[in-house]
Amino acid sequence: MTQEADIATELLPILKSVSDPEIPVLSIVDLGVVRSAYLLENNKVKVEITPTYSGCPAMDVIGDDIKTALKEHGYEPEVKLILSEAWTTDWMTEEGKKALKDYGIAPPVDPTSDKDALLGNKKIIECPQCGSKNTQLVSQFGSTACKAMFKCEDCEETFDYFKCLI
Amino acid sequence: MTNENLIHYIHSIADNSLILGQRLSELCGHGPTLETDIAMTNIALDLFGQTRSYFQYAAELSNEDLTEDDIAFLRKERDYKNVLLVEQPNTDFAYIIVRQYFFDVYHYLLLKQLENSKNVNLQNIAKKSLKEVAYHRRFSGDWLKRLGDGTEESHERVQKAINDLWVYTDELFHMNEDDKIVANAGFGVDNSSLKDEYYQIISDLIKQATLEVPEIQYFQKGGKKGIHTEHMGYILSEMQYMQLAYPNMKW
Ligand SMILES: [Zn+2]
Repeated sequence: MTQEADIATELLPILKSVSDPEIPVLSIVDLGVVRSAYLLENNKVKVEITPTYSGCPAMDVIGDDIKTALKEHGYEPEVKLILSEAWTTDWMTEEGKKALKDYGIAPPVDPTSDKDALLGNKKIIECPQCGSKNTQLVSQFGSTACKAMFKCEDCEETFDYFKCLI
Repeated sequence: MTNENLIHYIHSIADNSLILGQRLSELCGHGPTLETDIAMTNIALDLFGQTRSYFQYAAELSNEDLTEDDIAFLRKERDYKNVLLVEQPNTDFAYIIVRQYFFDVYHYLLLKQLENSKNVNLQNIAKKSLKEVAYHRRFSGDWLKRLGDGTEESHERVQKAINDLWVYTDELFHMNEDDKIVANAGFGVDNSSLKDEYYQIISDLIKQATLEVPEIQYFQKGGKKGIHTEHMGYILSEMQYMQLAYPNMKW
């Protein structure tokens, strides 16, 4: 049901170089917040981004970073924040999920498993440090709006889980 | 329906989120545990984000040269149309949770209807917010059950919070003139249509939490007309301080 992002090929590498300020290993394209990027006449570029969560304080920074990156390549960017369609974790790419895991954040699982995990019903979320599934929910809310907090019973480390949002 | 009607309607929805967000953000660094502290400030952040979307749209609709910040910070007490429930103080954790749950269930039902608004901007904000509010409701509902079914003391305190805050629930379903006009135009929600389902849901959860549903039939009202409790002045003086002391300041 959800639309694919529509990004002009020439702009893709530039946008991929911009990362989420709170998760520096994750490109905003892999996060799925860039919904479209068009080349217009006279080097003008129009980019549409959508927030992960309404109050995400990173959105202003992401908007500025996109402008800076595009200007460096000689473009004249305009960045628009759109709300429709609402962001979903389905838009996060496989590459993005891998980057999260390598960084120590457990990537979102499918919606049903996510619900089980966040209600503390099932041990499903894999510890990004040691790979154990012997993990436990500590808090439904984490260090940012998009994350929940878990702990691993095996390596005894806490870790963030990127919540599923559909 | 005039633009003015619509602007007032947007203010009244957004003011609930703004004032509750402000109340919750008072807890930043003061939550009973780190996890609840983070949870409540996360909820505050979602509510502020939603408020921004509404106020940005209201500013666009306005003929005056306004920004979202002007609407949030530079109105007078009588111009805020939030319900009395959301301005009630953070008396203790039980009050915070009950206030949150009473609001979250209403908020959820409201947004579910607002998703069908004939106005595409309101539709989009509602769709986005609904995902977040579903999560808030889960948090506050879980805690309400935990407190009710917890220790003798938590049970007693959460029952007191329910009894004290119950009188503010009816106002959630009141409609002022702007609300009625905007609802009739298909842009807004007829709040009174949410009432039965609301009381069904919260009564069920209260019973599940081994608590008692109050039989109080006397309700407080006024916020939707701009007549607030004594707490509102304190909230605004803190919230508006920076903009009044340093006009037009920006982060
Ligand atoms: Zn581990």
